[in-house]
Amino acid sequence: MLIWAALAALFLFSFAAYRLGRQRIAAMGQSARPHSRPGYHGAYVALWTAAPAAVVLFALIAFGGRIEAGLLRQDAPAAVQALSESEAQVFYDDVRVVAHGGTPSQRDYSGDLKPALAAKAAAARHIESQLLVGGLALATLLAGGGFLLAFRRLNVDFRARNRVEGWSGGLLVACSVIAVLTTVGILASLVVESWRFFAQVPPLEFLFGTDWEPQIAMRSDQVAAKGAFGAVPLFVGTFLIMLIAMLVAAPIGLFSAIYLSEYAGPRTRAWVKPLLEVLAGVPTVVYGFFAALTVGPAFRAGFNALGGMLVGGPLDGLGQYLAQVQNQMALVAGAVMGVMLIPFVSSLSDDIINSVPQSLRDGSLAMGATRSETIKNVVLPAALPGIAAALLLAVSRAIGETMIVTMAAGLQAKTTINPLDTVTTVTVQIVTLLTGDQEFDSVKTLSAFGLGLTLFVATLALNIIALRIVQKYREQYD
Amino acid sequence: MTDAATAVPAVRHNTVEAGLKARHAKERRFVLYGRLAIIVALSFLAVLLGRIVLQGYSTFIDYRVSVPVFIDPARVDPADVSGANFDVLVAQSVMKQLAVPDDDLGQNLDKVMALMSNDLGFQLLQQVKADPHLIGRTITVKGPLKADAALYFKGQIRRDSDQDTRKLDDIQLSWLDKLKATGAVTSGFNTAFFTHSDSTEPEQAGVLGAVVGSLLTLMLTAAFAVPVGVMAAVYLEEFAPKNRWTDVIEVNINNLAAVPSIIYGLLGLAVFINWLGVPRSSPLLGALVLALMALPTVIIATRSALKAVPPSIREAALAIGASRTQTVLHHVLPLAMPGVMTGSILSLAHALGETAPLLMIGMIAFVPGVPASITEAATVLPVQVFIWENASERAFHERTAAAIIVLLVFMILMNLAAILVRRRFERRW
Repeated sequence: MLIWAALAALFLFSFAAYRLGRQRIAAMGQSARPHSRPGYHGAYVALWTAAPAAVVLFALIAFGGRIEAGLLRQDAPAAVQALSESEAQVFYDDVRVVAHGGTPSQRDYSGDLKPALAAKAAAARHIESQLLVGGLALATLLAGGGFLLAFRRLNVDFRARNRVEGWSGGLLVACSVIAVLTTVGILASLVVESWRFFAQVPPLEFLFGTDWEPQIAMRSDQVAAKGAFGAVPLFVGTFLIMLIAMLVAAPIGLFSAIYLSEYAGPRTRAWVKPLLEVLAGVPTVVYGFFAALTVGPAFRAGFNALGGMLVGGPLDGLGQYLAQVQNQMALVAGAVMGVMLIPFVSSLSDDIINSVPQSLRDGSLAMGATRSETIKNVVLPAALPGIAAALLLAVSRAIGETMIVTMAAGLQAKTTINPLDTVTTVTVQIVTLLTGDQEFDSVKTLSAFGLGLTLFVATLALNIIALRIVQKYREQYD
Repeated sequence: MTDAATAVPAVRHNTVEAGLKARHAKERRFVLYGRLAIIVALSFLAVLLGRIVLQGYSTFIDYRVSVPVFIDPARVDPADVSGANFDVLVAQSVMKQLAVPDDDLGQNLDKVMALMSNDLGFQLLQQVKADPHLIGRTITVKGPLKADAALYFKGQIRRDSDQDTRKLDDIQLSWLDKLKATGAVTSGFNTAFFTHSDSTEPEQAGVLGAVVGSLLTLMLTAAFAVPVGVMAAVYLEEFAPKNRWTDVIEVNINNLAAVPSIIYGLLGLAVFINWLGVPRSSPLLGALVLALMALPTVIIATRSALKAVPPSIREAALAIGASRTQTVLHHVLPLAMPGVMTGSILSLAHALGETAPLLMIGMIAFVPGVPASITEAATVLPVQVFIWENASERAFHERTAAAIIVLLVFMILMNLAAILVRRRFERRW
């Protein structure tokens, strides 16, 4: 709390520094015209006052707790050293709770642990106050020093504007570096964790194994199956659902795009396009709910009824099978995902069809072709690379989509291409592996990162290819 | 013209003529396919939204029962108020009201208790605890019926269905009818749905905690993603030299926009939780992950808004002696602001509906209260939808749909805001 107050005080102080800087240069400006406007001089002083001190304070907020924990763990009493790693963790958590005047956890501390707890709590309070005092003193020093140094440099010839613009330029660069750091962060976290996974499960076994049973002992003393991490069933399931989704989305999306861009009048476009966009704006969890509670039961009832009719007839075997299909078939998740992708396909293809030059159409129409012939023989071939890219982007969406499959597809890893069977996907497995309570370092948890890396590489490849095609295609007609 | 027409040989004229009918039929079929595709897509939309409204609207009506309860001094010990079973007291009062005798096994009591929410007993406990003088008097408590009983009034449990397939038997239904007839049960707008947080009892579960969690997360996401995104876009569009580095950044941002959202969840888990030690399930963590996810779209939207500002503006500013920074900050960016706002609002609306990355960072935990700070465990609306969808009780299904309606209302409001900003401030050059 004190730190936040210090931040507020720092803010007020730097505002005062801004005013002082302005005033000083205004006073100097009586005799000669300053290089920069007074605001820049004020801003220069304020920046040097606030920035270094703020860095210290934020570092204290972000890392103070960890420094404290690290210092606390040094020279642990013998009683604490005897504890196991997880027990020690509980002990130190309790130390901090007690230091803040709270009641510790259920664990009862007896014997040597009790005085150790009290001693460590006192130490924690001591370290905490020292950190706070030290941090605040440093911040005050930096703020005061920064102010004085900057304030003394003010002069009519001082290029304050260039300095301030240097700061703002640096800030802009830092912001665009964050975007790069995100990629680095994604890659680093996926690769590092996957590395640890592949140290325990060979990559070849992961990529080509046909058994997926991540059930592994959660505690070392537990008896359980060893667990198998062959991801082929997941890849097949992902592919099957993606295929079904594309079979729904590609024709409907393409035909709506063609109709909207080539036939529809401006009024129809004005109504239909935003409505299709609504379909894209609906959160995926809503599609998942719809798939699980409406489409799934409806499909099941339909197939069961159909099966009931066939039973006893010449297609008795098929009837028996259809009468038993379950809610969680691949078809349900795939179909609903297809609906979700319709606007995605249609708006991308719409853009691409629109960017085909009108002269091509005019030429074809002038030769006596009908409009549909023009579209089929001239516009679509010209737009084909772009449309292929749009479909690739949709495929990448489909394999990365999580909520619909988590809610509507199954958990059973089966290698099948039967759309009425239940399959599982890469994303479903990532969610199930990481939403339970388990130790972070178990193979089971790490395998989620292996799957994540595979997913990332696959979607990245699709995106890069698609974006390349789109870019080339744009250049062709620009 | 006439010359040309007569010049065409009669035979060729006939082949064109003969094929024309088929070609026109093909044309009509083609247009029909296009129309059908749009009709199919829009009817999916209608079915999706209609189904959710149909499933969810009944949540907004609730059935409340008011019961006069005699606080029997023999049963409630003033020294140990919490030790008394108020649920039984409530149920017995209802039985008295219905003139139902109890049998030796207490089966009727159990059946009545299955109709009354334990919120009633909880209210009594709180009142008596606050004022022990109430012991020995009769207090009227008003509270919800159990969710299954409410489902009967809503017509989702039907009397004509087989008794064994439903949760309430015929006797219980007749009691409910009697309560309704005597006016003990009244219906009204379900305000509790908006003033309660998640609960294990469907009739007491509400969306308040999730709405507050969503708002906190969204505000933080905006606070992180919008300034950083806008500044990055300004740099890339206005200042960056065209070289390999900026090309890399550009390709990178386009690809980041298409990375599956679940990957951002893995990033949050590995970097923010395990490495930086941000508290699990907190709005702060959720906002960090969503901000990284929204960043590329904010950058792309801002860049296209900056591109739309004509170069003449920049040239005019530079010509009268403004520095490049001044040109951008004083002239270009303010003119691009409507586009920036629209793009930011839309990408935030998208972040509001995002679920998958939040599951990865532990936001799936059961949180029965309203988050008091940004570092406390919280849940958000889409995750609440996911949690309730997984619940087995049927009464949670209508609440899931209702939570979706609330979520969609928020998204519609945000999209409307974006449209308004665009309509009001957009300039065409």
